[in-house]
Amino acid sequence: MSEPLAVSPLARLAKSLIGIAVSLLFTFVGLLFVTFIIARIVPIDPVLSILGDRATDAQIAAERLRLGLDEPMWKQFGIYVWQALQGDFGVSIRTREPVIEEIARFFPATLELATLATLFGVALGVPAGVLAATKPGSWADQIVRLVGLMGYSMPVFWLGLMGLLLFYGVLGWVGGPGRLDAAFDMMFEFEVTAHTGMILIDTALAGRWDMFANAVSHIVLPAGLLGYLSMAYISRMTRSFMMNELGQEYITTARVKGMPESRVIWVHAMRNVMVPLITVVALSYASLLEGAVLTETIFGWPGLGSYITDALMANNMPAVMGGTIVVGMVYIGLNLLSDILYKLVDPRART
Amino acid sequence: MLDPVFRRLGTVALAGLLVGTAPAALFAETPADTLVLADAIDDIVALDPGEAYEFSGLDVVNNVYDGLVELDPTQGGAMVPGLAESWSVSDDGRTFSFKMKPGITFASGNPVRAEDAAWSLQRAIKLNKSPAFILGQFGWTPENVDSMVKADGDTLTLTVDKPYAPTFLYNCLTSGVASVVDKELVMPNEVAGDFGNEWLKSNSAGTGAYVLKSFKPNEGYILEANPTHWRGAPAIAKVFMQHVPEAATQRLQLEKGDIDIARELTPVDIEGLQGNADVKIQGDVGGQIFYLSFNQKNEQYKNPKLLDAMRWAVDYEGMANSFLKGNMVVHQAYLPKGYLGALDDQPYKLDIEKAKALVAESGIENPKIVLDVRNATDRMEMAQSIQNTFGQAGITVELNIGEGAEQLKRYRARQHDGTLQSWGPDYPDPHTNASAFSMNANNADDAGTGGLAYRNAYEPGELHGKTEAAVMERDGEARKAMYEEIQKAHRETSPFIVMFQIGYQTGLRANVGGFYTGGATDSAAYWTVTK
Repeated sequence: MSEPLAVSPLARLAKSLIGIAVSLLFTFVGLLFVTFIIARIVPIDPVLSILGDRATDAQIAAERLRLGLDEPMWKQFGIYVWQALQGDFGVSIRTREPVIEEIARFFPATLELATLATLFGVALGVPAGVLAATKPGSWADQIVRLVGLMGYSMPVFWLGLMGLLLFYGVLGWVGGPGRLDAAFDMMFEFEVTAHTGMILIDTALAGRWDMFANAVSHIVLPAGLLGYLSMAYISRMTRSFMMNELGQEYITTARVKGMPESRVIWVHAMRNVMVPLITVVALSYASLLEGAVLTETIFGWPGLGSYITDALMANNMPAVMGGTIVVGMVYIGLNLLSDILYKLVDPRART
Repeated sequence: MLDPVFRRLGTVALAGLLVGTAPAALFAETPADTLVLADAIDDIVALDPGEAYEFSGLDVVNNVYDGLVELDPTQGGAMVPGLAESWSVSDDGRTFSFKMKPGITFASGNPVRAEDAAWSLQRAIKLNKSPAFILGQFGWTPENVDSMVKADGDTLTLTVDKPYAPTFLYNCLTSGVASVVDKELVMPNEVAGDFGNEWLKSNSAGTGAYVLKSFKPNEGYILEANPTHWRGAPAIAKVFMQHVPEAATQRLQLEKGDIDIARELTPVDIEGLQGNADVKIQGDVGGQIFYLSFNQKNEQYKNPKLLDAMRWAVDYEGMANSFLKGNMVVHQAYLPKGYLGALDDQPYKLDIEKAKALVAESGIENPKIVLDVRNATDRMEMAQSIQNTFGQAGITVELNIGEGAEQLKRYRARQHDGTLQSWGPDYPDPHTNASAFSMNANNADDAGTGGLAYRNAYEPGELHGKTEAAVMERDGEARKAMYEEIQKAHRETSPFIVMFQIGYQTGLRANVGGFYTGGATDSAAYWTVTK
């Protein structure tokens, strides 16, 4: 049969890329639709939140006209989608700056925190889960499950405050709220160029290791806290995936053939555990990138979560919508990334 | 043989521990010449004095700019000359002359001229941002302001459209929007006719004790002392404000000594700080007042006996001494303490028997109220107390709890029955509250003026005219007496029950002195602080 030759690999790649692009576009417009509807359903008058308490009815009517709120809904939505596709999420009601610029300023702080937390979570959660799975019922398993359960069930607000009280207030091991000590914060402002907005990277690039160390002391507690929550989730999932794999016949075969146990677990079983685990890690990473609102509030962390919360409190709908779309895009992006990783890890997914 | 998984786990745990036990050398001491504050500053919209109109933004403006007339923090907010040396008003009351103090320079080194003062007022009117209306009250519009506000040599001449009370103008000139801005520094940075508005987002151009070095929204700002400041260089060389929204976090930082001043503490934190020798608490009032009001489209609220019954059925002291302790003080007239003509007396207290008798006299059988309340904790607690005591007096209260913006919409559209609200004055003159509470020129449904009397369909009768006359009264003492009289009549006849004025508790390190929050009429002063 000559049929397989008819489709060249290049064409197949192009086809799959187009498929991805189309599905991305649909997801994105769907996301816009949902945020648009929510913003219109909430009983917050955008005009009143711009003009404030003291405006007269005449001023309100004029502003409504200026914002195009008198247009039919479908037209408003059309304009909204068109602008969003060009990266224009509107202007913040509070500061009258483009929402996208504000988000660009707050997102790096969250990215830095979430990435570090996810690294913590994976580095501790995966080995812990594997350990628990290989010795089910043992004391190690019990500890892993207990630690995981605690991470699941403790309110993060309480855990954060207690962590601050203990490690910052009493022991003095870590820096307090904010990304740097006040003195360093001022130095950072004038002596370091913010290339990335991520303080660890910027200080390292500038070779300011004193500042870098101080930044580490500030990020370690919130990142550790979020890392713990993410570890709780990852270790539980790893444990159950691993136990499932270890019960499979190919594992028994490998063991019978006399393969060292570590190779059986970390190479053979792990390869299959990786597939669902990638989704778990990606989801947990995405939920941290959404901005751990409570953690950011307690630790005075100027990230996306506190940005969206402040915007909500101030009825700043363009900022809320913009933030929501960015979070949605993070989910879409990480989903796409884990799809790609699947294909690399699992040969079956390639066909 | 050690399990390989275990070995890995051990390494990771060890690394974690190493990161956790950071040596003390990592932390920089708060420098002795720097004042570090923590506050929730997410309300800042702008730091341009022509635009700033929020508490946190005006704090910056107050320290970076000066006006012609100032409120002196060291004299309890008394009015004193600022950049003007002296001033006078013409016999017809329509022309004011301000003579500039000689020898003062901006932080840039440019001399302060009457020309700068005139341009700053013209600029604020032409920019037409939120606070511009404060100056617009004097008949200044973007079209006529160049001829109404003029500089000649060292004299600034202000012409107003009506012979207003001179104190009205002077009070308005103490607000941030009337700050004097360095024209020569700002104009080269103008973009598309914005009068340097964009540039002033992150720069300053004033005569104040500090210059703005950096501002990052929702993160903080840094001010640096202006060594050539006309009052003398301030004791504190740098001010660092950190945005910390969470009160419990601020408290921890204050206890650790990582910040010098915490401005957003809750009564619980204040309680917890009692007995800590390193920390002191300073109490002060702000400008916001909390009141009940009733919509007179409902006829029962025109019954004076029922209104009176309700005034005697609020547990003012009980609330202020329990869940509102430290947050509110009892205040029973619409001008907040600190304002010209404010009334400090408290004629009303909880008296259930009296309220009951008044309800009986009113002739209304089993009066019922639907009270709109915002879904904020302190407001809901207040509403519950009111519901309880009103109930004892025979008035049934049903609470309608909802989101703030939604309730505001109902209130403005006069759709509420009763409501629990707060009001903050717009500028440091009594007319700001007097016009809102006791003036209503047109009570028709389609008038939509937004004033508080209008929102409650309240026709103030002769109080409207008296309030209008008070803003024109040229004698300061007589003007004060007029506001006292108006408020006394207002609280006895209007459908408003003013209950509380907001209080602020500031936590300071024991070595910090001279911090002034600005009270009801002014903003925070950093230049008076020592540490």
